[in-house]
Formats: sequence, structure tokens, C-alpha cells
Amino acid sequence: MVKFGIKNIWLHKLRSLLTVLGIVFGVASVIAMLAIGEGASFEAREKIKELGSNNIIIRSFNPPADADASQSSSLNVFGLTPVDLRRIKTIPSVENVVPTWELKETIWFGNAKVPGTVVGTVPSYANVYNLAIPSGRFITPADQDNFQPVAVIGAGVNRTLFTTEPPIGKRIKIKSGYFTVVGVVGERAFQAANEGFEADDMNMAVYIPLTTSRAFFGEYEVKKGSGGMRSWERSWVKFHRFVARVVDTGQIMQTSAIIRSLLDENRKKTDYEILVPIELLKQAEHTKRIFSIVLGSIAAISLLVGGIGIMNIMLATVTERTREIGIRRALGAKQADIIHQFLTEAVLLSASGGFLGVAIGIIVPKMVTHFAGMTTLVTSWSVIVSFAISVAVGVLFGIYPARRAALLDPIQALRHE
Amino acid sequence: MPREIIQFNEVWKTYALGETEVHALRGLSFTLFEGDHVSIMGPSGSGKTTLLNILGCLDRPTQGKYILGNEDISNLNDDQLSDIRSRRLGYIFQSYNLIPQLTVLENIGLPLFYQGIDETIVRDKSSLLAEKVGLRDRKNHRPYELSGGQQQRVAIARALVNEPLLILADEPTGNLDSATGKEIMDMLDELNHEGKTLVLVTHDPKISEHSRRVLRILDGALDVSR
Repeated sequence: MVKFGIKNIWLHKLRSLLTVLGIVFGVASVIAMLAIGEGASFEAREKIKELGSNNIIIRSFNPPADADASQSSSLNVFGLTPVDLRRIKTIPSVENVVPTWELKETIWFGNAKVPGTVVGTVPSYANVYNLAIPSGRFITPADQDNFQPVAVIGAGVNRTLFTTEPPIGKRIKIKSGYFTVVGVVGERAFQAANEGFEADDMNMAVYIPLTTSRAFFGEYEVKKGSGGMRSWERSWVKFHRFVARVVDTGQIMQTSAIIRSLLDENRKKTDYEILVPIELLKQAEHTKRIFSIVLGSIAAISLLVGGIGIMNIMLATVTERTREIGIRRALGAKQADIIHQFLTEAVLLSASGGFLGVAIGIIVPKMVTHFAGMTTLVTSWSVIVSFAISVAVGVLFGIYPARRAALLDPIQALRHE
Repeated sequence: MPREIIQFNEVWKTYALGETEVHALRGLSFTLFEGDHVSIMGPSGSGKTTLLNILGCLDRPTQGKYILGNEDISNLNDDQLSDIRSRRLGYIFQSYNLIPQLTVLENIGLPLFYQGIDETIVRDKSSLLAEKVGLRDRKNHRPYELSGGQQQRVAIARALVNEPLLILADEPTGNLDSATGKEIMDMLDELNHEGKTLVLVTHDPKISEHSRRVLRILDGALDVSR
């Protein structure tokens, strides 16, 4: 029966292909879109692993200037302060808070250079961010106390500057200061390219003791302004970032609300933002859900259209092969045999469409990953479910034509020209 | 005395045409014996085709009894009739009625296929019959690659494959030239010699000459005037 079915489908290759196109697109779009959605939430989970699921990140930013504020002052004071740090530390659900002061600067080693981010911070930063140190060590309390000019470099900096020799003990130059490399941080999987959250690529960071950074670079940052050749924008920022580690993940939202109210007591304008990595997951799940609904409707419509296409072509086939049905009935085929035959054909048709759809649905996410750099994840259940649906479509829309074939009067059918 | 294969006992077939009733068969009675070679003749509209359909178990009598072998089939349902057709009857049609997508062997084996017989047995049997009708080197050809005479020989092989009680041939030479027609008739006569029961439906006296008995049908009843 299956053999005859395949034969009949193969006999009308083009027609069969056109018929199953709806199913192909339906199945392919389901798998591809689910792969993209899964990829996004996978990426979110990875990001959270990098940023710490128990962490709350508080970042300073320069608030937009008020229209009526005097423009004469060229010094911008904003951001997180030591007072903020002390107050956050008093919150019982906060296990630890680490501050950073950051500077985008060129990192030199001999004649080699790379644009990086200098991060002045404290020893416990490594714990809060789960940094792996495969060679050397992180900043120690002794470094901190003694203002040591030491640096721990990110994997990206290491890869770019130290192509031939081991970095430990070498001296890198930042601005006019020299720092001895004492450690290298392991590669962080999560790249800065797919951003919006943590703006810096952690692989391009150079960690130095906060005390040392104060001594070398102060607290000012001078940037060329937008107002012409002679205008400079100076900003005074005590800390660029706090990372608060919460004891229990369940307390994260509550704790971030407390932090927000603490910080707001001391300021007129909001010059910070609070980012909760675990929120990313919620956002990703939300996006995924919307995606699934939209995509589900598209898939349902195209599968419906595909099913109608199959029904249409099967009805045409039944008419075309009325004589054959008559012959088969005369030779002893029961009505059930005829139903079986045409249903098999319909299901083979839709299943081959499903198969093609699965193939395309697996290739497309690979291409999306290749060309758009998005993470995609084809899950086996999406393949199984959408293939099963394509088979079900064949059964559903094949039954009516098959029944019609079976109910033909054998005598009439035999006489059909 | 040869065994009785077919008994028609007061068989009526009535069609309702709107308000009026049309009697295609009016109390037809006859008996056919094993090894018979019978022609059914009659002008168009005589009820010849209706008789053939009932004989072939494609239709049921409205009234009366039809006994095939020793089964009363007047009141069987569709599935039971299908079963009888696949086990008891062989058909040869004027227009061959082979299935174009299937090979010669597959066409021959079709009645056995619907009995659910094992594929290799069907193949062997079909192969043997293809050789018997002289199509040894055409087994895997498709019907459209064969001449009319060859196609009718495939149909004969197909009518033999299930070892039927009765072979029904409806104008078996109607689409063939006279030389090929004669070949086919010789082949059918040969089968009759081997003991097969043969019923021919024809309006060609030359064909009915081959038969030992002729049933003439007129207005749904046996015409005994000739």
C-alpha cells in the first residue's frame, strides 16, 4: 500500500511538491522560529550565568541636563558615592557589595596596543562575578592596602597583547602608568556584541586595585565635548558600578526595590540604573511567549492552507482515478481498502511535506546563526511535534476524499471514462 | 452430472426512476454448470448489463435468489460481496481495465492482494500466469507499453489468478482487430477445455458461436422464441 502510494506521488512530482508547499512552510517556520526563540532564552540563561543570578548591578549614568540648568559649569558630578556603598552594605539580604571605577583606555605592551577597559575594584569582585583565574591570581587585600601597581587582564587583552610570551610578570602601560600583570581571567563565553545590558566585553577588561586606580587616575574623566575644539567635558564619578550579591535569589526583586529607595533618598535626579540579570530571563521568556503565539498562528494558518491543498489535490486524484477505483472494487477491494489506499497517499504526501519542512527548519536557524550571529537551538521536541502535526494534517484532510473514493458505486466507477 | 455453479431463481431487478419503476430483470431463472461455456446475448436495453452486474456480484437482485457455488449471495453486504468478488470471480472487460501505474505482474496479482495473501506467493503465482498467457518477457512492463491483445492477455491472467468459480468476460474482443480477437477467443476456449466455467457477454454472433449454450435476453427475461 505504501509502495503504491509513493509510486503515485512520484508520478506527479511537481504537483505533489506544489501541494505540500503549505505544509513545508508551516513546519519549517515552526521549527526555525522555535529555534530562534530557544536560542534567545538559552543566551539569556548564559548571560545570567556570567553576570550572576544572585547579583544586582547598579550602574552610574550621566543624567540628561535640565533645560534650565546653568551651562557654565563644565564639571559633571554624578553617580554612585561611598555613602551609597555603605548604606547598601547595611541591607541584611545583601551578602556583599563590590564597587568599581572604570576607564576606557588603550592598553599598551611594548608596541602592541588594544582598546580596553580599566576596572578598579576590590578582591571580592572575583567571587561576586565567579571569575576563573587559570593562571596567576586576582587582586589581593595586600595589593589593595599597598596601592600596588598590579593588573589582572581579561582573556581578550591577553590574546591580543601577549601573542608569543606568557603575560605573568610583564609590564603593561595604561596612560602614563605601568602595571605588572599578576593574573589572567579565563575566557568569558558571553560576548559584548549581543548587548544592551552589560556594555563592556568582560574579556577586554584590565582589573587593578581600586586604591591604585584612585592614585593613578583620580576620579575625573575628561572627554572631548560636543561644543567645538576648545570644549571639554569633565565628569566626576566616584564609582561606576556596584555589584550587590544577594543571599537568596528569591529576595532579589525585594532587595533591588530597597536599594532603589535608599539611593533615591540622597538624590534629586536619578543618575543610576539598576539591572537585575535574572530579569533578563523573564524578559526572554516573555519575548519567547509572544513569539510562540504569533508563530503558532502563522503555523496554524499555513498548515490549514496546506491541509486544504492536500484535500483539494486528493479530491482531484479521486476523480481522475475513478476508473481505477472501480477496477479495484471489482477485483475485490473493500471500501476500507480504498479508504486505506487514499488515506495512505494523503498522509505520505503531508509527511513528505513535513520531512522537507523539518529539513528546511533545521537549515534556516543554522543560516541565521551564521549570517546574523544569533544563537539558535533546534530542540528535538519541536521537530517531533511539528512532524507529527504534518502527519495529522494528512489524516484530517485525507479522510474526506478517501471516504468519497470508497463510497463510489463500483459499477458507475468502472464505466467512468 | 456436473456440479451446479450458478442458480438464478426468479431474479428481479427494479430501479426506481422518479415515480415510475423500471424492471431491468423480470423473474429470470437459469442454472449454469461447472465447465459451461455460455454466451449471454441480447439487444441493448434488454437487461444484459444488469444481469452481468448481478452475476459479477457488483449489484444485488431486488427480489429472488442468486446462488453462487453453494452460497446465497442475494443478501450479502458490501464487504461480503467484495470478498466473494476477490475469491470466486474472474473478470475480463472489453477495455481491459488494467491499472496504468502498476506493472503487468502487479496487475495480475491484484485480486490476491485484496485477499491479503503473502506478497511472494502472489508474485510467484502472477509470474506463472504471465508465462501461461505468453508474457514471459513483459512481466515488469506497464500496460501502456503493451498492445491491445497483450493487455487483454494480462487481464485473462488476472482473471485466473484467484482460481475463480466463474470467469465473466464482457465483450472481450470488442476493442481488438479480428486476428487478435481470434487469438483471445482461442485462449478462452482453451481455458474452458481445462475445465474453467466461462460466461461471455456479447452481441457478436461470431463470438457466441464458440459457446455451447446461448442465453438470449429480451426485456429482462429469457427469450425462448429462438
